[in-house]
Amino acid sequence: MKPDARGYFGAFGGRYVPEVLVAALEELEAAVDLAFADAAFWAEYHRILGEFVGRPSPIYATTRYAHDVSAAPLVLKREDLNHTGAHKINNTVGQALLARRMGKKRLIAETGAGQHGVASAVVGAKFGFPVDVYMGALDVERQALNVYIMQLLGATVHPVTGGTQTLKDATNEAFRVWAAQVEETFYVIGSVVGAHPYPYMVREFQRVIGDEARAQCLERYGRLPSDVIACVGGGSNAMGIFAGFVDDPSVRLWGVEAGGDGLETPRTAAALGAGSVGVLHGSRSYLLQTAQGQVRDTHSISAGLDYPGVGPEHAYLKDSGRATYVPITDTQALEAFHEFARCEGIIPALESAHAIAFARNLAAERGPDDLILVNLSGRGDKDLAQIRAL
Amino acid sequence: MRLTELFAELRREKRPAFIPYLMAGDPTADATVAMLVMLRTVGADIVEVGIPYGDPLADGPTIAAAGQRALAHGGGVAQTLDIIAKASPASPPIVVFSYFNPLLQYGFERFAREAKRAGAVGVIVPDVILEEAHSLQSALAAEGLDMPLLVAPTTAKARAARICAQATGFVYVVSRLGVTGAGSTPDFTPLHDQISRLREVTTMPLAVGFGVSNVGHVKDVAAHADGIIVGSALIDAYAKSAPEDAVAAVQAFVTPLIAASRA
Repeated sequence: MKPDARGYFGAFGGRYVPEVLVAALEELEAAVDLAFADAAFWAEYHRILGEFVGRPSPIYATTRYAHDVSAAPLVLKREDLNHTGAHKINNTVGQALLARRMGKKRLIAETGAGQHGVASAVVGAKFGFPVDVYMGALDVERQALNVYIMQLLGATVHPVTGGTQTLKDATNEAFRVWAAQVEETFYVIGSVVGAHPYPYMVREFQRVIGDEARAQCLERYGRLPSDVIACVGGGSNAMGIFAGFVDDPSVRLWGVEAGGDGLETPRTAAALGAGSVGVLHGSRSYLLQTAQGQVRDTHSISAGLDYPGVGPEHAYLKDSGRATYVPITDTQALEAFHEFARCEGIIPALESAHAIAFARNLAAERGPDDLILVNLSGRGDKDLAQIRAL
Repeated sequence: MRLTELFAELRREKRPAFIPYLMAGDPTADATVAMLVMLRTVGADIVEVGIPYGDPLADGPTIAAAGQRALAHGGGVAQTLDIIAKASPASPPIVVFSYFNPLLQYGFERFAREAKRAGAVGVIVPDVILEEAHSLQSALAAEGLDMPLLVAPTTAKARAARICAQATGFVYVVSRLGVTGAGSTPDFTPLHDQISRLREVTTMPLAVGFGVSNVGHVKDVAAHADGIIVGSALIDAYAKSAPEDAVAAVQAFVTPLIAASRA
């Protein structure tokens, strides 16, 4: 669905930003509408995804994982095989093309673990844009390798020392920098969050995952999946794969949030499962917050899911009942990570390991006529130092 | 007194309103109360009182840090209302400055009722734009509280006219791109053009903020605007002193600025 004229999916979305950014959001919205109606824009986007990113990514049926509990085929959408190792680049290619079309001179981006920062640095290098990446000072320390990769690609990484020094503060800072240099700067947001039109635009740049997967399932299996599963932090890989199936009522959609230590503890990142409705980073959605409306500190073993908010379209899908959101704890995700690596010969990202863990639980309730599709949103190389140190 | 009456009176006196900004609870709740009372004795016309918030998108490092300090010792909506209730009988008229989410969680009607009872006269919300202002503004209006809206250098003329038409009390003119903060010396030439263009579409009082931090700036802005808002520089003036010296530090800082606004 397209959000309404004010950028709402039902009761969620909108624009909660300083006035100084409104002109830029309106300019972007107009550029998005023109580009999305232009076949030449999409042709170039898909050409780059083919030649540079390696799309289409295959679907692949697991050979051993969860086969002990279920006869339902478990099929992976292999976003881990993309250039840079995750789905993030589908979005940064699209936004860089828009930035070029709009005549913008430089890109800025926020990043948590560094995956979106790397994907932004890659398109900056490819398209010749200077890139400034804002990253919490704590994350800069924890993700030294990604900082080095971004620098290698020519981007400048700015450690953000305010607040909790993590992704939410990096996002605040990127908004502030954008406000100061709004006329020539394109802000490349990394997920389906932010003020309208970002949640819609980023979903449209990620829907290639779902569109491909739908056609691949029909071709290979002659039917649609019974269930589609994806992990949800901000929610871009999930919105991308859901977009291919949201209009197929028989397909159940499952978003897997980071439970952390558990929803009943303060150490969680499950905004939909444990949060309430509020406003963060430009839109109205679910949010982990205190009774006084302060954003809460979050926790997940997976840096890419460790975000206190969630995209507004997910809030809409939750409240409308079209998608169901479930938590997976750190412990469950780690178990699935190891089990999956040994059974399939694929090391998943810790984010994706949450989806994989839930897939096993669900598979136990499904039979041979069902078909479970899991978005393997990224590969786990980036997580190896962390897991090795546990 | 309603803000519009206050500005009408100042217009007759041919001087702009001097509007300092304080962060509620920084360095302490008692110090904020004492600063509010002191500000009336030195001649401030209105005071903005900020509700501390952990994710202030429109603020630079000075106000963000002041908010973090206030939050660390119990700051928030409830403490801010308590500070206002204690100070308002002896302070200049108080306009609350808050990000949207704390008010959303508190409840608009409840907040409007309690802010009115505490003695506030208006509320400014820097992350609410024209299109999202309605529900909060109606709740405030029901209690007779004003809601000034903001215009920025990037706001087109037709949009500025709509913002000025919906704002109540005054219009907050953001002097430059970016966020609050003393930092670099602003060039106010574009601001003068911005104010001239706004005068063509509104008769509302225009108060200027963002980057106004010394006597020279105040004189420059006073020549064109109906109000002068000083925030980060005021916080910088006491941030390095001991809490017990903060009130005196603010007094020493604002006294020459107030004189400059009346020159």
